[in-house]
Amino acid sequence: MQETQQFLYILAAVAFILGIRLLGRPQSARWGNLLSAAGMLVAVVATLFSAGLALHWIFIGLLVGSALGAVMALRVAMTGMPEMVALLNGFGGLASLLVACAEVLRGALLTGISASSAAISVLIGGITFSGSLLAWGKLAEKLPGRPLLFRGQKPLNLALLVSTLTSGILWQSLGETAWAHNCFFLLIALSLLLGILFVLPIGGGDMPVVISLLNSLSGLAACAVGFVLMNRMLIVAGCLVGASGLILTEMMCKSMNRSLSSVLWGGFGAAQGTITPGGEVHSLNCEEAYYLLEAAAEVLIVPGYGMAVAQAQHAVQELAQLLSERGTTVNYAIHPVAGRMPGHMNVLLAEAHVPYEQLIEMETANRSMERVDICLVIGANDIVNPAALEDPGSAIYGMPIIEAQRARTAIVLKRSMGKGFAGIDNPLFFKTNARMLFGDAKASLQNILRIFKESEI
Amino acid sequence: MDLLLILILAGFLGFELISRVPSQLHTPLMSGANAISGITVVGAILASGAGENTLTVILGTAAIIFATLNVVGGYLVTDRMLRMFTKKKQEK
Repeated sequence: MQETQQFLYILAAVAFILGIRLLGRPQSARWGNLLSAAGMLVAVVATLFSAGLALHWIFIGLLVGSALGAVMALRVAMTGMPEMVALLNGFGGLASLLVACAEVLRGALLTGISASSAAISVLIGGITFSGSLLAWGKLAEKLPGRPLLFRGQKPLNLALLVSTLTSGILWQSLGETAWAHNCFFLLIALSLLLGILFVLPIGGGDMPVVISLLNSLSGLAACAVGFVLMNRMLIVAGCLVGASGLILTEMMCKSMNRSLSSVLWGGFGAAQGTITPGGEVHSLNCEEAYYLLEAAAEVLIVPGYGMAVAQAQHAVQELAQLLSERGTTVNYAIHPVAGRMPGHMNVLLAEAHVPYEQLIEMETANRSMERVDICLVIGANDIVNPAALEDPGSAIYGMPIIEAQRARTAIVLKRSMGKGFAGIDNPLFFKTNARMLFGDAKASLQNILRIFKESEI
Repeated sequence: MDLLLILILAGFLGFELISRVPSQLHTPLMSGANAISGITVVGAILASGAGENTLTVILGTAAIIFATLNVVGGYLVTDRMLRMFTKKKQEK
């Protein structure tokens, strides 16, 4: 039995590895996901064969979890995807935390590696859980998305981390005493607090990085649980997720030209640029926007988080299709960190049935920017902020941007002159070739569409 | 010691697997990986099933619920996103 189980675990591990690999290519991604899901099923079934398990509570747990998971996954709107990923991730962290607690409270004789691993599981699992919940709150706009900074934040975090580690060490060295248990509970509480303080100073614009880092952490928590239980399956799968999540985080950081530590400790958006943009803002109405678009030969659409908020992706697609039918070249330029999670814009535009070939990456878009007649910026701000190129004092200086200011005309759809999530001014709005179209993006686009249709009759 | 070896090998493998993934797939990749991190359900089953006292059964069962939520929710959401991507391919 033991051997069959180990064999099935190996099978599951292979399924996970191939699954992740296939997920990385557009043609095979769906199969990759199914394969990895099959691997998970194999791993669970193999575990159920372990000797001496009381099964009825296990089945109740599996059924309840599956039902809740299915309902959540099928009901969530595509615009709510970042919150959903954050929430699920938090649950994974919580599960690892609970398993470690159960093992400790079971009074199983934990020594050496497994005891330290239990402490690490609690630490990472706790940070993942409370951090993800806070990220979920920020993404769902139940909490303010702006970075929350206060004096002494860094020393406080450091002190907390040290005391968390100390309580972990004390727990182990005190043996089987009441004090040891108190230290363990302190460890849980401090880990949860640490997760909250870790996400608190991170602004909405850095959310893609945080989400993918938390994803990595939930894998590492599972991996640590593997060391508590001496279970190879958990170690392999957890570590795979931990490592791949770390790479994804690194990729996100690179596309913002920032180091991971500056995201985590920087309190992004606190630094103001040295140059305050001045000059006149030119605004226009939907009718004028129509005339500009009608005369354009090449239009580039730059979507941002605002498009998701306004649920404008379908209106965007409709306008783009109408323009294409009239012979205008239409492309979408996708910034790697647009939105609130890695690849957010791709998901939204796919939902609106935007043809894949029309999505181009940032570098390609910038190379041919001079040819673009109208650059239509929809709900994007920081990713088109020329301060990243022009103002060395700016918080986002050095971040690659989509250079909308180089297009013949840039039309910016925006609710107001308010700042983006990074909380810094955007000189683009003051350029002479920029036109602001104020109002709700979806309403504005539908207005333009209506004018197009009326003029055709 | 062999567990440590497994850890290190799996880590390197994870690093290698993700390089050069188009940005289009970042979200599904992340939520797919997120579902795999629900592997902690295996640990939860072992902890709950050992059933030595009420408290650990409660903790273990709660862990199973949350981990299964993570697994089932993660895979279904990923599949929903990927279905959108492939549907679009067939239309062209």
